[in-house]
Amino acid sequence: MDNVIIIAVAALGGLGLIAAVILYFIAKKFKVYEDPKIDEVEEALPAANCGGCGFPGCRAFAEATTTSAKKNKNLEGLNCPVGGNDVMQTVGSILGLEVEAADPLIAVIRCNGTFKNTPAKVKYEGATSCAFAHALYGGEGGCQFGCLGLGDCVDACDFDAIHMDPETGLPVVNDKCTACGACVIACPRDIIELRKKGPKDKKIFVSCVNKEKGGPAKKNCAVACIGCGKCDKVCKFDAITINSFLAYIDFEKCTLCRKCVEVCPTEAIWEVNFKPRKPKPVVEKVIPKPVVEKTTVIEKVEASPAPDKETKE
Amino acid sequence: MGILKTFVLGGVHPEENKLSSNAPIEKLAIPKQAIVPLGQNLGAPSKPLVKRGDEVKVGQLLAEAGGFISTNIHSPVSGKVLKIDNVIDGTGYKRPGIVINVEGDEWIDEIDRTEDLKTEIKLDGKAIIEKIKTAGLVGMGGATFPTYVKLMPPPGKTAEYLIINGVECEPYLTSDHRLMLEKGPEILVGTQILMKALNVKKAIIGIENNKPDAIKHMQELVKSFEGITVQALKVQYPQGGEKQLIKATVNREVPSAKLPIEVGCVVQNVGTAFSVYEAVQKNKPLIDRVVTVTGKAVKKPSNFLVRIGTPIQQLIDAAEGLPENTGKIIGGGPMMGKALTTTDVPVVKGSSGILLMKKEESQRKVESPCIRCSKCTYVCPMGLEPFLLSKASKLGKYEIAETEKIMDCIECGSCQYTCPASIPLLDYLRLGKNKVGAIMRNRGRN
Repeated sequence: MDNVIIIAVAALGGLGLIAAVILYFIAKKFKVYEDPKIDEVEEALPAANCGGCGFPGCRAFAEATTTSAKKNKNLEGLNCPVGGNDVMQTVGSILGLEVEAADPLIAVIRCNGTFKNTPAKVKYEGATSCAFAHALYGGEGGCQFGCLGLGDCVDACDFDAIHMDPETGLPVVNDKCTACGACVIACPRDIIELRKKGPKDKKIFVSCVNKEKGGPAKKNCAVACIGCGKCDKVCKFDAITINSFLAYIDFEKCTLCRKCVEVCPTEAIWEVNFKPRKPKPVVEKVIPKPVVEKTTVIEKVEASPAPDKETKE
Repeated sequence: MGILKTFVLGGVHPEENKLSSNAPIEKLAIPKQAIVPLGQNLGAPSKPLVKRGDEVKVGQLLAEAGGFISTNIHSPVSGKVLKIDNVIDGTGYKRPGIVINVEGDEWIDEIDRTEDLKTEIKLDGKAIIEKIKTAGLVGMGGATFPTYVKLMPPPGKTAEYLIINGVECEPYLTSDHRLMLEKGPEILVGTQILMKALNVKKAIIGIENNKPDAIKHMQELVKSFEGITVQALKVQYPQGGEKQLIKATVNREVPSAKLPIEVGCVVQNVGTAFSVYEAVQKNKPLIDRVVTVTGKAVKKPSNFLVRIGTPIQQLIDAAEGLPENTGKIIGGGPMMGKALTTTDVPVVKGSSGILLMKKEESQRKVESPCIRCSKCTYVCPMGLEPFLLSKASKLGKYEIAETEKIMDCIECGSCQYTCPASIPLLDYLRLGKNKVGAIMRNRGRN
């Protein structure tokens, strides 16, 4: 009996030994050199595999950064939005490069078509998918640019950062947003935009994407941008452009002065996370009074048609 | 009669509800304002030729074709062009259109407005196709594919059969039925014109067996027309689909992703045949059509001959108003039609009917999980697996959808109609078709 056991062990051990030797030489022969830094960088990344950087997963991003560091000696155009600056600094230190701090971004919902602002005219009963509803019809409130409220963005979010508000019927972004951009791609109406987070999360943006003329836009939604151009005139920093009856604020140029918010007749421009205003406008109103004192009649004539014009524009 | 022919694969038989089949076609008054959308056909929208303030007459060219698959649009009314602007269409989206304020009813001189039947076909094939092209004809069944494109087979292919679609398989709709009863001779002359244009010797008119009066009437009439036969068909939805009708009438199968001409067939609707007659023999472009206004609660289900551009509100008024408990207004039939968001939308070349559904009827049932009964697969007339395709498109697996031939789907809705779990299968199939179509087009470009 002992013999059998010894033979078996010897045979298997011998086979194992031969296989080990073959495998050793094969491994030597076909070895693929991989930069150990790729593994290090991958380790530093958040491992969310969200694709927010534009690469299929964190590994691919690690490979891209390592090759870029080798070839171009910089990390231009490469940014992990989920990790933010901290992660990018670590990646930079692993690769021995200085990384410029990029401004953190956040997803912003550019629609304020709540149930109140855009009352529903029809009822939608089809499949709960914005993409399908968008292909089928204009929307319950009649605004063909606004949020459909069926939650494709919520489904797309991997970070639990976007939710539907049952009271307004609009999605809300919370702090968990990593600006990966999945919701931006999912939204069939291009409502969601990645904007600069700003100091202390302060943001100013046009909360509307309606490209219709003022009248039709206002008909369906009380807070639509009517493209009147008042904000453009008041902006000293050239940050506002108006294209097909829709204002857009360039967040690179915007200095958060809030002048445009004051003049907007439809409250389409939003200021977020600012302190409440001081009662400043009272002082402003006093100034023009002595000028108009000459004739009271003219003042009345000038004053009355002005609001009409505003709405017509 | 023996066993009636039909297509083999799948199909359903919804309640027919042909309420307006005994209502003769009524001529509806000209609207006060006509709205003529520029995108009335499948393919590219037309390009406007008139300006604001221009005086137009009935039959005058308003817009010309904007591409190969596109059509001319003629003025359905006489009057002044109020504006060329975005007008609301049935889906709630605004698309470019021409709004005309109607003044009087002046027609251009070329149009022969007499009622007498002209049977003699003077033009040759090429001239006929040119005439059909300039008259802006599209498939009147609802798909609105430009007619002249179908009449020009690609090189190397010849047509053997012309199949005239008098099936009208959609429940409720009766516009084609009434047209066959009232304008039979004209349809047959139109068929002969189409036969000449295509150079075919045989034409088959397919009519479903739920229209025995139309079958009898047409059978009587075809005796004096050479080469045309009438084929009675068993009632089965969606027999009005081109591929299904070809299978039912001549027993040929159109291969996947191919056109009917592949098997030597061209299919035209009876409404189209009638328009062809008017365009070729009477010089009248496509400016009016027959529209059914129907529904279980409608007081007077009717068939109206209306000018293109008439707001559907006027049609509903003519059918004695909107019933109180209307839940949905559907443009088209109940199976393939789309719910309209407003009654301001105009009648277009492809509107075959307006269906007013009661609230109880129109509500969707609550969706429940798929129980794998495979009913949808059984009824699919194209032999697809709707449950799989809809799931694939819901999850964004468009590669699977493409290899499982989602593009063959004819959007007939049989799967959704039959689903015991009330899953919106067709909704997701349409979404998937859109996406896969876009992917395929992109691939072609690169």
